[in-house]
Amino acid sequence: MLLVATTVVIGAGAGVSAQRPPTVAAAANLNFALAEIANQFKVDRGTSVEVVFGASGTLTRQIQDGAPFELFLAADEEFPNQLAKAGLTRDAGVVYAVGRLVIFAPNGSPLAVDERLNGLARVIKSGKAGRFAIANPDVAPYGKAAESVLRKRGLWDAIRPQLVLGDTIAQAAQFATTGNAIGGLVAYSLVLGPGFAERGKYAVIPESDHRPLRQRMVLLKRAGATATQFYDYLQGETARAILRKHGYGVPQ
Amino acid sequence: MDWTALRVSLWLGAGTIAILLPFGIWLGRLLAVHQFRGKVLVEALVTVPLVLPPTVLGFYLLVMFGARSPLGQAFQSLVGQTLPFSFEGLLLASAIANIPFVVQPIQRGFEAIPSDVRDAAACCGLTPWQRFTRIEIPLAWPGILTAAILAFAHTLGEFGVVLMVGGNLPGETRTLSVAIYDRMQAFDDRSAGVMAATLLVIAVATLMLTTTLSRRVGVRRG
Repeated sequence: MLLVATTVVIGAGAGVSAQRPPTVAAAANLNFALAEIANQFKVDRGTSVEVVFGASGTLTRQIQDGAPFELFLAADEEFPNQLAKAGLTRDAGVVYAVGRLVIFAPNGSPLAVDERLNGLARVIKSGKAGRFAIANPDVAPYGKAAESVLRKRGLWDAIRPQLVLGDTIAQAAQFATTGNAIGGLVAYSLVLGPGFAERGKYAVIPESDHRPLRQRMVLLKRAGATATQFYDYLQGETARAILRKHGYGVPQ
Repeated sequence: MDWTALRVSLWLGAGTIAILLPFGIWLGRLLAVHQFRGKVLVEALVTVPLVLPPTVLGFYLLVMFGARSPLGQAFQSLVGQTLPFSFEGLLLASAIANIPFVVQPIQRGFEAIPSDVRDAAACCGLTPWQRFTRIEIPLAWPGILTAAILAFAHTLGEFGVVLMVGGNLPGETRTLSVAIYDRMQAFDDRSAGVMAATLLVIAVATLMLTTTLSRRVGVRRG
């Protein structure tokens, strides 16, 4: 009965679901970079895209369940590959950026940051470690990368009880930068964003210390002309320059 | 301030009321006036959404109507899109989640009508429909209004099921409460703050309105 009634009200809802620009699903680490690229795209091409940010795993699940995204920019290769295997994408897509991880400590934190995480090890040993933020490794590739670097440094078991998991890397960055945690492992692209520099200190983790953050994007089956244009635009020099400015490596 | 999100929220609230009010008046009156077998079960089912975590509702809606379920695929081939991640899907979820908020106040409203009033109306020769529209509805009106206000306010505040079933699609399923979360994640605390304050004002105003209404009912009954 409710279903019938819902269908009746669809007419009323039509005002809401009018013609809109294509929706792009993007990993949360792209928050600042992609907003800038989308703006530039609008200036250069006169058409716009809507970007929805989330954890790559969450977005993948939503695409599998029928979410109407036309392009998906993931934080890794596994999630897009999974969609390609399920036949939901146009092709295998391309790697558009390589992400980097940083250890961040907000002003006033007892944590000293360095690329080998020696400061983190000291804080843990001293027993003064408060909460430490990473993204949820199950749904966010940046969380997986954080886990791998903590394991490599032999800190994983010791820090586990202190971990606070963000749904996305953006939420982890929020925990780490607002003083609610002694620090965290977050995306380089986010700490380069507006307002972060004065909130604390960071050190970039060597790429060889964690699982690679090769970020792949795929056009989904339903992709239209504008989404395809944006996909091409992301591989062009303008977009690549913006990505580099936000701390990403850009494949040749 | 995300005006599109506010519009989606308001549409969702209005749509939920439009769906649930006729249903609530029918069921609320039935439960108030009639005794029947299985009434306890019906009352329990009506109340379930009140105690059930919204994620449970979200889970079942996704599993039943998602693009990977047979039912979801059938729906998709008929309508051209899946029920989850659409405004219509959100409306369905919202309607289910709000059943107790609508049915219970309406039921109380009808229960408050003394049975001799109903009998007297019947003695005066009014038909059942006339009794319903001229006697019962006006008397149960505060309950019905309370139901509408509660459903509207609760819809505006719903978060979990909206994020799960709706995703976060601007203009379609991004409600004001989801937009706050989205802005927080985007480090845009200012917009999040403005929207949070908006919802706070609406919530307080709503509760003041319902309290005033229920007082008026109490006075009349006394």
